[in-house]
Amino acid sequence: MSQPPPQPGDRIDGGRALIRSLELEGVEVVFGLPGGAILPVYDPIIDSPIRHILVRHEQGAGHMAEGYAHATGRPGVAMVTSGPGATNIVTPLCDAYMDSIPMVCITGQVPFPAIGTDAFQEADTVGITRSVTKHNELVTRAEDIPRVIREAFHIATTGRPGPVLVDIPKDIVDPTKPASAMEWYWPTDDEVSAGLPGYRPTTKGHPRKIKEAAELISRSRRPVLYVGGGILKARAAEVLRELAELTGIPVVTTLMARGAFPDDHELCLGMPGMHGNYTAVTAMQEADLLVALGARFDDRVTGRLDGFAPDAKIIHVDVDPAELGKVRTPDVPIVGDCRQVIGELVRTITNLGGRDAQADRSEWRQRISGWQETYPLTYAPSEPGELLKPQFVLEQLRDLSPEDTIVASGVGQHQMWASQYWTFRHPYTWINSGGLGTMGFSVPAAIGAKVGMPDRTVWAIDGDGCFQMTAQEMVTAATERIPIKVAILNNAYLGMVRQWQEMFYDERYSEVYLSPDLPDYVKWAEAMGCVALRVESPEEVGPAIEKANDIDDRPVVLEFRTDSSEKVFPMVPAGRTNSEIVVGPSGGEGGR
Amino acid sequence: MAATIHHTLSVLVENKAGVLARVSNLFARRGYNIYSLAVAPTDDPALSRITVVVDVAPELLEQVVKQLHKLINVIKISELDPADSVERELALITVQAAPAARHQIIELTEVFGGRIEDVGFDELTISVAESPERLDDLASLLAPYGILSMQRTGRVALPKLERTPPPGLRIAG
Repeated sequence: MSQPPPQPGDRIDGGRALIRSLELEGVEVVFGLPGGAILPVYDPIIDSPIRHILVRHEQGAGHMAEGYAHATGRPGVAMVTSGPGATNIVTPLCDAYMDSIPMVCITGQVPFPAIGTDAFQEADTVGITRSVTKHNELVTRAEDIPRVIREAFHIATTGRPGPVLVDIPKDIVDPTKPASAMEWYWPTDDEVSAGLPGYRPTTKGHPRKIKEAAELISRSRRPVLYVGGGILKARAAEVLRELAELTGIPVVTTLMARGAFPDDHELCLGMPGMHGNYTAVTAMQEADLLVALGARFDDRVTGRLDGFAPDAKIIHVDVDPAELGKVRTPDVPIVGDCRQVIGELVRTITNLGGRDAQADRSEWRQRISGWQETYPLTYAPSEPGELLKPQFVLEQLRDLSPEDTIVASGVGQHQMWASQYWTFRHPYTWINSGGLGTMGFSVPAAIGAKVGMPDRTVWAIDGDGCFQMTAQEMVTAATERIPIKVAILNNAYLGMVRQWQEMFYDERYSEVYLSPDLPDYVKWAEAMGCVALRVESPEEVGPAIEKANDIDDRPVVLEFRTDSSEKVFPMVPAGRTNSEIVVGPSGGEGGR
Repeated sequence: MAATIHHTLSVLVENKAGVLARVSNLFARRGYNIYSLAVAPTDDPALSRITVVVDVAPELLEQVVKQLHKLINVIKISELDPADSVERELALITVQAAPAARHQIIELTEVFGGRIEDVGFDELTISVAESPERLDDLASLLAPYGILSMQRTGRVALPKLERTPPPGLRIAG
């Protein structure tokens, strides 16, 4: 018996108001898990068109909301109960904060009069999450619910996106309590704006700075477009391509920006950073101009800062003013939305004479193609009878899956190989935990992505260590009929830690061995309602992937037994400058 | 460690629960000590002004200010250079004052523009609203008599006003 939607002035309870507010925000799916304090909000969900996906652990709900937001660009929504429900979602909130993912998290709270009494399942949720959210708010009156929800979505999705948490005491949503009574209303845009006097994100770049940038770009002889995740958040991939093609400037895409510029484009140099390819790293190092677009000079990109791109002038475009000068002082700082600013840059450069007015960069192009020829990504193929090479598995996955496949990765070696060996041709096809580096991210993130993009193939590329952290969400995927595919690169180790212990701790392996056989991943996956296959030899790899790609009614888990001694290269050792990049296991430094 | 000096920030915020915690947390998570703090509503009761004095190296201050701006409830921030602002702090001081010394202390209090707030048999409590430096001076002068307790409020500050008239303005007379 579903009720008609409330009209302005109708007397309703806060729980219904909350669900109605989510509906009006266009929310189509909520990832969550109920509990005592949030019970009254779960009742009206039964009558709502919003789909609810019941997770097996609240961390899963948070990462699913992130995966959904990554893939669709729309804010992900998670809802959990008070106390342990809230503390279990702290990691995804922090993850979303580090990677600027728009997300709204609703947490139940004990009744307002009980707050501060150490009530059952009480935690200081707004206190705990203050430093891992863009904003959070404890709602104290039912009548504030529509306004706070509208504000939450506004804050999460505008400016630099991020997670917003709304903490809801039980008594203001429980229809049996007088505190839940309110008159329904839906605030206007102006009312939302008036309610947030301190929140006015700058989106339009300063025209004089844009002109300066355009001139600097046109004069530079060794420029690189240094593209970060902000390009994807700003939906600026198209205009970025216009800028690159107009100027002929090569592009590097950071770990957060893979897919923002097509890997098969002649101007694409691929990923820079600690495990970036030689050309991307070295082109930045040797550049006379870095045009940083929605990038934040992360330590994994810069290496030792005092030796990073020593000759480069910096143009830095970011919607967050605090990023400008945080790490490297820009010569031309531009605060603004990347799509708008790059659009203005394209117009300004065109007016200055466009491609014909660009400096001669033929020598730079030659040096770059020289590096590309001399230092391609390589690995030694496995000999017959040896364990699989993870890079080979990734190449096969890449070549046998649809070209618009969405790849969600965990954190560690498999993440770096996936980023290196996949060919990303479209934006929003790469989902990973870049800033926080959250192991266990891939399975729930892939589920969230598949929910948002049901017609696309979604592969979770995972390690054995990561899979064990959030594997229970395969039950969610099986129950909810969310047919993701998981490739576990099982090397029986916490591989990236093992690599560091091998290279920097004299091969003293401390607490990194996991065992290839325990758990039995095939039995485990089958017990969770998935189709599962174990793959041990190179000739089995292709057929197993094809079989997995053909299954569309259930989740699939493929376990690949991979070589535990394989390491991720190239590598810039921690604390070194990017000029000291090590290209391969022989330890040879890239030759200059 | 880099040299730190006191910086006075005047932060206009929404007058809401939790806002002070957000502001102070930005300093705490970076390991910066808040030297003094004063918070009260402004003439508009929806807004509060936080005057915060922090020990932070100048090159780090800019980043903290930018992070403060990112807080949704923060409306405006100005850094107040002591040379270009009026700073005041209120002190309540209870000082030992045997009858023979009493008039000397009263005299000192008058010199500093203070008031006698409470008189005991051999003690006085005085209040003085002055610049932080003048309060330091008064505290030194009272120390020999024996300061029994002193409570200072933390400074409040506003920028100094413009003294030159706008160009072309003639003052009649």
